[in-house]
Parts: sequence; structure tokens; C-alpha cells
Amino acid sequence: MQIYLPIAEISVNIFLILGLGGGVGFLSGLFGVGGGFLITPLLIFYGIPPAVSVATAANQIVASSVSGVFAHWRRGNVDLKMGLVLLVGGIVGSTVGVWVFAWLRSLGQIDLVISLCYVIFLGIIGGMMLVEATHAIFKTRRKGGTFLRGKKHQHSYIHGLPFKMRFYRSGLYISALLPLLVGFFVGMLTALMGVGGGFVMVPAMIYLLGMPTGVVIGTSLFQIIFVTANVTFLQSVQTQTVDVALAILLLIGGVVGAQFGAQFGARLKAEHLRALLGLLVLSVCLKLLFDLVIEPSELYSIMPGNL
Amino acid sequence: MAVSLRKSICLCLTALAVVALGHAPKSASADPLVVDLSNHLVAITTGFTGTDVLLFGAVQNEGDVIVTVRGPDQDMVVRRKERKVGIWINSDSARYKNVPAYYTSAANRAIEVIAPAKVLQDYRIGLENQRFIAESGTSDSEQEVYRDALVRNMQNAGLFNRRPAKISFLSNQLFRTDLHFPANTPTGTYTINVYLIRDGRIASVKTTPLVVSKTGVSAEVYDFAHRYSALYGIIAVIIAIIAGWIASVAFRKR
Repeated sequence: MQIYLPIAEISVNIFLILGLGGGVGFLSGLFGVGGGFLITPLLIFYGIPPAVSVATAANQIVASSVSGVFAHWRRGNVDLKMGLVLLVGGIVGSTVGVWVFAWLRSLGQIDLVISLCYVIFLGIIGGMMLVEATHAIFKTRRKGGTFLRGKKHQHSYIHGLPFKMRFYRSGLYISALLPLLVGFFVGMLTALMGVGGGFVMVPAMIYLLGMPTGVVIGTSLFQIIFVTANVTFLQSVQTQTVDVALAILLLIGGVVGAQFGAQFGARLKAEHLRALLGLLVLSVCLKLLFDLVIEPSELYSIMPGNL
Repeated sequence: MAVSLRKSICLCLTALAVVALGHAPKSASADPLVVDLSNHLVAITTGFTGTDVLLFGAVQNEGDVIVTVRGPDQDMVVRRKERKVGIWINSDSARYKNVPAYYTSAANRAIEVIAPAKVLQDYRIGLENQRFIAESGTSDSEQEVYRDALVRNMQNAGLFNRRPAKISFLSNQLFRTDLHFPANTPTGTYTINVYLIRDGRIASVKTTPLVVSKTGVSAEVYDFAHRYSALYGIIAVIIAIIAGWIASVAFRKR
């Protein structure tokens, strides 16, 4: 059954899009990730214009983050103060990001920048995950949890920065500039890549800010809701590329898929899951890299509008 | 008021009758070409996957017929990819004005046989006789390359058709053809020209408009997104929040 997407202005197969949302939802339930980094490239592969894919994915991530944050909130795993500081950085970053997005689009370079961002980030994250997981699988005795934290009260140049703030829930006394910068950077990524940015923010919160692992996911989800909401709003105003019909289809598929994914994931070993996720992330990265490097069959492209 | 209305209707009818009567004896020298469409509006609805519009008409005396369908004009940017540091990047570009968003034609036999190249050029019939002028960016030698790339891309998107569709004559006088509009048909007002050609010369031309527009839910959503973009953004966010909340409630029950 075909449905005409009002903003993307193309006709798509309704079951294919539902299946796509379901598949990504399954994976996000399975691996406990947002899935934005998968949904945007998949939409682009399917033929949805990159600008619409990025903006619509941001809209869809609002929903998946909202559904995730409740559980963490109830368990008290959200550092509200840290979340708010990250959010201030995130709002500024995503606003700048949307502006950069519109500028690159007018230069005809947005597709390239989206692809490059994906190749770089997916390559780094996927590679690290795979290495870490294979180590864990082959080592009989594993040290601790997923991430190895440095000492909490290690003093370095980071602690010499001004505007120090106390974050009670995380047990930290650090410069507010750090979370502001992390938020800003991830906000930019949300606008440019159509991702929640959890895969960058979670490691940054643990290694750079030194937050305890328990509050990291809840706090990042809390921040992601507002940043993706900001991106959805700004893209709607500036580029009119948010396709509500597409977002709803992805949502329905995603919600159902995530339930099955979570159930299935409970039966697999954590390190096996991470190795699989690493492989998946790397294969998306390689596909995008391949498209950039090999000579395209058509060297010319057309776009309506002005130079 | 009512009386005057009735009076004017009466007048109109009388006038029509007079015109009709007056015309009847002269029909031999009347319109050499009559055309119409089965539908003057192509409505793009939520389930739109392309459609056919029937064009039919009659010619007074035998002759050849060519039909051209030209979509609304738009500006187009053509970009060329070049290899830089190992990856393919958009680099040079050219802008074209007055590129039709859609172009197709139909004829009852090969166009070259119907009319000499000069006539086709003068009347800009056929894809190769469309003039696109680069506004910026390219030298004369590159013009050709960019123009070809523009046409090729439009053809690959199904928006330009180089090969004319078939017009079939039912008798010596009645003809018909199906004009196909694909799923990605751009919206706007189209111009359909019908040329009657006899002995290599244009004997008559008829122009009829065709409107392609979105209707129903998809049209309203598009319109709303462009007209009230801030409100649209807020609604999009609210929908997502509600959907996420419903999902979390559903999860909790399990």
C-alpha cells in the first residue's frame, strides 16, 4: 500500500516504512540505544531526501526518549541540574546546528557533511565497541561493568576551569563550562545528523565529566528530549523538512519493535550484544564510506532553487 | 431581481441559438482543430501513485498532430562532483532559469517526419528544442555538458520524456492519446499545446491548461507546514511526546 508523504513529496510503501521503524525499534530495544543513527541513513538509502530524513528522525527521537525517560525518572536516575546545564549547551548548539544545516544546504554540501559526520562517528564508536566487546568475550575474567571509569577525584587541568558548580546527584564539583560544551557539541550533531547523540554524550559524561554510570542514561535521555524537540521546531520553521506523517509511521513501528527487541535482548549476553551492535554500526559506516569513495555513476546532480 | 435573472437567461439562450444557427452552414470553414482533456485537474491525494489524463480531439481535414506538455517553470541548479582528497564532492555548478518541472510530448508518427527541424525549432517542439540558458558559473564549452546532465537527470527522475508518446487516430478526424503523470509529478499549472501540422507547416495550435495540485490531507499538511511553520513544529513535538508517553505506559504494564 502506497502513501504520499506530504513534506518529503514522494510516495512510499507504508509497510516498508513501518517495517523500517520496527526493525530499528527492535534493535534499539535489543541494544538499549536510541536508534537515530540507524534510522537516518536507512531513510536516505530508501530515497527520502537527506534533509527530510534528518529533521524527521529528530522528531521521532523526541518520542523514543520520552518513552525511555519515565523509567529512569521513577528510579531517580536523572541528575536534573546536570541535565539542565547540558540542555543550555544543547539548545545553543542545536540552534547553531540548524543554522549551519540551512547554510550547507544552500551550498549543496549538506549531503556530504551528513555522510562525513556519519562515517567519522559511526566508525569511531563502532570500532571502539567491537574492540571492547571482543576483548570482553575472549577474556575469561572481565573487569567491572561496561565502561571503565577513571578515579573520581583525579585532579587535572579540567579542574582549573572557572564557573565551578556542585552537582549533588552525580557527586561532582566541576566547571559548568564542561557540560555546556558537551551539550553544545551534541546539540550540533543532533541538528546535522538527526541523532539523539546518546552514543557521543554517554561516553563523554562518563570519561570527561566523570559522572557515575547509573545516572548517565537517564540524564542524557532527559537532555535529548528537549534538544530534539528544539531541532524539530527549528527545522519546521527554517527548512520545513519535518514530515509528521513519516514520523508517525516510524513511531508506530518503533514502539512495537522496541518491545520485542527488549524481550529478545534479555536472552543474549551483554558482550555479545555489544559486539553485534558494533558490527552493525561499522557496516552502516562502511556503506556510507563506500558511497563517498567510489566514483558515482552519475557525476551531476540537480536541485530546484538558487545557487 | 428574479425577473431580470430569468430575462437574462432567456437572452443568453436566444443568443446561443442564433450563434449555433449562424455557425451551422459555415461548418466547412470552422475550427480546423478541436481538443479537450478528460480532466483538467490532476489531484495528488494521499494515495497518489500517478495517473493518466486522456487527451482527445478532432481535426477538420487530415493532418498530423503533435502534443506537448510543459510543467511550470522553475530554477534549477546543476552540480558536478569532483574527486577531492579521495572523496566525491559537489564542486562546480550552473544555474538554469525557466526549466520546466515536467516535459513530455506525443505525436501520431515520428516528429522528424511530420515537420522540418526549422519549424520544430521555431515553435520549440520537443525536448531538444527547449532552451535552457545557464545564468552563472559555466563557460560556453561546458554549457553543453551541463545541459545534457540536466536533461539526463530529469529523464532519470521520469520528469522529462524524450520519446514522444503515441497519438492514435480513430478515423481520419478523431484522435486520442493518454498523457501519463508519474507519482512524483510536480504541482503547478501545466500548458498543453496541440499542433495540427499539414505539409510540414503549422496549420493550427490549441492551448489548454492542466492544473496539478495536492488535495486532501497531504495538501493540508503541506500547506500548514509552510504557512504556520512554528505551530506545525510545536504540534509535531506534542505528537511525539504523547506517542512516547503512551509507549512508556504500555511498557510499564508488561
